Amino acid sequence: MFYKGKALKVGDHIDTDAIIPARFLVTTDMEELGKHCLSGLEENFRQKIQPDTILVAGKNFGCGSSREHAPLAILGAGIKVVVAHSFARIFYRNGFNMGLLLLELGDRVGEIAEGDLLEIDTTQNMLKNVTQNVEFELNPISEFIQKILQAGGLIPFAKQRLQGA
Amino acid sequence: MAKTLSEKILQIHTSEEITGPGQIVQVKVDKVLANDITAPLSIESFFKMGAKRVFDVEKVILVCDHFTPNKDIKSAEQVKKVREFAQEQGIVHYYEGGDVGVEHALLPELGLVGPWDVVIGADSHTCTYGGLGAFATGLGSTDIAYAMAFGETWFKVPGSILVEIKGRLNKFVTAKDIILTVIGHIGVDGALYKALEFTGEVISDLDVEGRMTIANMAIEAGAKAGLFPADAKTLAYTSACGRQDRELVLEKDANYEREITFDATKLEPVVSCPHLPENVCPVDEVKGIKIDQVVIGSCTNGRISDLRQAAELLKGNKVAKGVRLIILPATPNIYKQALKEGLLEIFMEAGAVIGPPTCGPCLGGHMGILAAGEKCVATTNRNFKGRMGSLDSEVYLSSAYVAAASALTGYITNPKDV
Repeated sequence: MFYKGKALKVGDHIDTDAIIPARFLVTTDMEELGKHCLSGLEENFRQKIQPDTILVAGKNFGCGSSREHAPLAILGAGIKVVVAHSFARIFYRNGFNMGLLLLELGDRVGEIAEGDLLEIDTTQNMLKNVTQNVEFELNPISEFIQKILQAGGLIPFAKQRLQGA
Repeated sequence: MAKTLSEKILQIHTSEEITGPGQIVQVKVDKVLANDITAPLSIESFFKMGAKRVFDVEKVILVCDHFTPNKDIKSAEQVKKVREFAQEQGIVHYYEGGDVGVEHALLPELGLVGPWDVVIGADSHTCTYGGLGAFATGLGSTDIAYAMAFGETWFKVPGSILVEIKGRLNKFVTAKDIILTVIGHIGVDGALYKALEFTGEVISDLDVEGRMTIANMAIEAGAKAGLFPADAKTLAYTSACGRQDRELVLEKDANYEREITFDATKLEPVVSCPHLPENVCPVDEVKGIKIDQVVIGSCTNGRISDLRQAAELLKGNKVAKGVRLIILPATPNIYKQALKEGLLEIFMEAGAVIGPPTCGPCLGGHMGILAAGEKCVATTNRNFKGRMGSLDSEVYLSSAYVAAASALTGYITNPKDV
């Protein structure tokens, strides 16, 4: 998969209450959740998100509760990729299960500046910072998770299994 | 080579030979849990997968505890959806209304979880059951839907960190102070993807409720699980809950990635300051901060031992003017026990509000939401920005002792000063 877009930066330990505050968890609708994406960080954060936004985060992104509404809110706001130093583990599983691409970059994530134009090629495991003209190698995604990704997420993966495929 | 507690439990739930951390294994699960916030998404995913029946009507547990008693029309609709699914599937363990308690306090007391079990729940504090010697962890709704359909899930075998707590606890120092101290030391991502496994004199001395308090907050250090050995105390507890279990022994020479040792003898009551659980300091460093509300409850500290601690300080005293003290016994049984022991009367005489068993204010749901500028001392587990209400409110996490002492003075207070 290939993605191109501008970096929108957030800090370390962005928790799921920041991604989608609990008071909005009275729905499972992705579009509705998307309206409140990251409103626990800043009230009107949604307005900063453009159609080509790539969210760039620090350490432990998605820590806190297990709410799957968190990746859904990000997807609902139109973001398809999050690049971070590291992810909290429940969020990491949830992201892939929902079809949100999560890429770990470690310490080098700090070199990306707000608004930098990024190109991501998952087949090459590379992230190119076009603005700064530098390339980063991404931490590899485990084989089993790739199987889920290839199926299109955990729901189609389960569907195949139920159909005996 | 000796195995860690995590490896021992996972091994008896998989056909694959567990060789060490990083390995991905398919694991049979003993219990699958979801609540009124996460179950609706699980149910949607379950049907989208094309699943028709849950794998075992005795092993899927649905607990409507977060926004209940239903706080508004939308949450009532969510609960309705869960209730109808439970009825249609014939789920045996569906809890709502007068049966419901905060899930992680409820399941142990019903004997639904215990040593050697693998338990997964669509709630991050599912790790609580590690206090009983279960491998228990939180997952998202769709992972839970998958387990509802197949009775299994996948895990990456976690590396384990051994946490040894030596010495003896001083008066007013509790399990909560231990886990907050550990989180303060290793940070909110200090155990990311790892299991925390606990041992030491203090751990042996702790009652099972205290062990569950510690295991409950393992997630606040990023951990996949927090595990305790199952000893004679554990077996007495689960046996009283109607189970027959066997011991689970921790072997210190297993493959631990890291060892952390604390001497609890020097420990004083602590609080975790806004807005991360790792911002931990001795209560004396922040005493005198004026507060508006105190919450005693939740899956972390809403059990009978916590209510007893609170009552010890509140008895015969009055809550400070201008402070709202909200006490939420975590389950109906805890509520009844507190009634029998006269604790509820002590709370009411002190001027507390006693609410029903619910997660409620812990996650800013209802029954104690904070306005801008307000500060709260809570026995809950998270103090993220806006967690209990306004983005401009603040939550300080503590034991029931510190919470009760602070309610009496109206300021963050060391229990030894009241």
